[in-house]
Amino acid sequence: MHWNSLSDFLAMGEHGLYVWGAFGMTALVMLLETWLTLRRQRAVRQRLARQLAAAMRENAQENAREKTGESGQGDAA
Amino acid sequence: MQFAHLYKFAAPAAFYPLAGRLIPWFWGLAALFGAIGLWLGLFVAPADFQQGQGYRIIFVHVGASWMSMFLYVVMAFWAAIGLAFNTRLSGMMASALAPTGALFAFISLWTGAFWGKPMWGAWWVWDARLTSELFLFFLYIGFIALTRAIDDPRRADRAGAVLALAGVINIPIIYFSVKWWNTLHQGASVSLTKSPSMAAVMLWGMLFCALAMWMYAIAISLIRARGIILERERHADWVKALLTEAAGGH
Repeated sequence: MHWNSLSDFLAMGEHGLYVWGAFGMTALVMLLETWLTLRRQRAVRQRLARQLAAAMRENAQENAREKTGESGQGDAA
Repeated sequence: MQFAHLYKFAAPAAFYPLAGRLIPWFWGLAALFGAIGLWLGLFVAPADFQQGQGYRIIFVHVGASWMSMFLYVVMAFWAAIGLAFNTRLSGMMASALAPTGALFAFISLWTGAFWGKPMWGAWWVWDARLTSELFLFFLYIGFIALTRAIDDPRRADRAGAVLALAGVINIPIIYFSVKWWNTLHQGASVSLTKSPSMAAVMLWGMLFCALAMWMYAIAISLIRARGIILERERHADWVKALLTEAAGGH
């Protein structure tokens, strides 16, 4: 360990701006990608589940309609 | 016999849960290697005899640059497999890798600029190494734009695969650019210091940081691949079962 203090560490021997600018952006975009990817994955799952549930409800209604009211237009075999 | 067994994971239905089980392990390895790499790079490795503390940018720059090239080769590999065997999963893998490859190309360029400014006096020069890396970034962006512009996923995969394969030629150009041309960018990054013992600590720090980025890239790509699989296979029975089971669980 060759840092005398925290400010010494942060200063990086006059190159603080460049070193932390590089490390900071790396951390930022990796965290951002992680957050966005996890959020997107969750959104895809929820959207597909919603669509599937809606399709299943529609199917069920159609089946019920076919069973109860044989009269009308929906007379297809 | 063992290899025949592996084939079953080429099916999205088998790959999806496998990826789900593997992701936490890759996150764990990324955190572990990252902690070791940063500790070595920021606290153990001494200052460089020429560049002082500024050289520490190497610990993010080299790993990101390696990953930007490596992920492209992996992406092109999946693209080639997809073109040759018409396997569904291949195109999904290529699509899952592209954004992370672009991200690492960006980090490579950004950290390179932040290194170039104090050492060369310029954020950017049209040097062969820098220019070919910028081109790699554009290749990733082009791949993403092209595959998203085509509605039919199978056609999008094929078009993307052709672009990815054509762009592979750029990888050896990046890698050997510092040898083939007289570049401002330095050659071997490992021999920064004269003392071999110091070089070893720097090298290990660099390798652990690169390994951390590798594990991160796998974890994030697997998450993305799972999203793509769900979307594309939404009419498959196993996806329907998965989605209804998840909805009932809440």
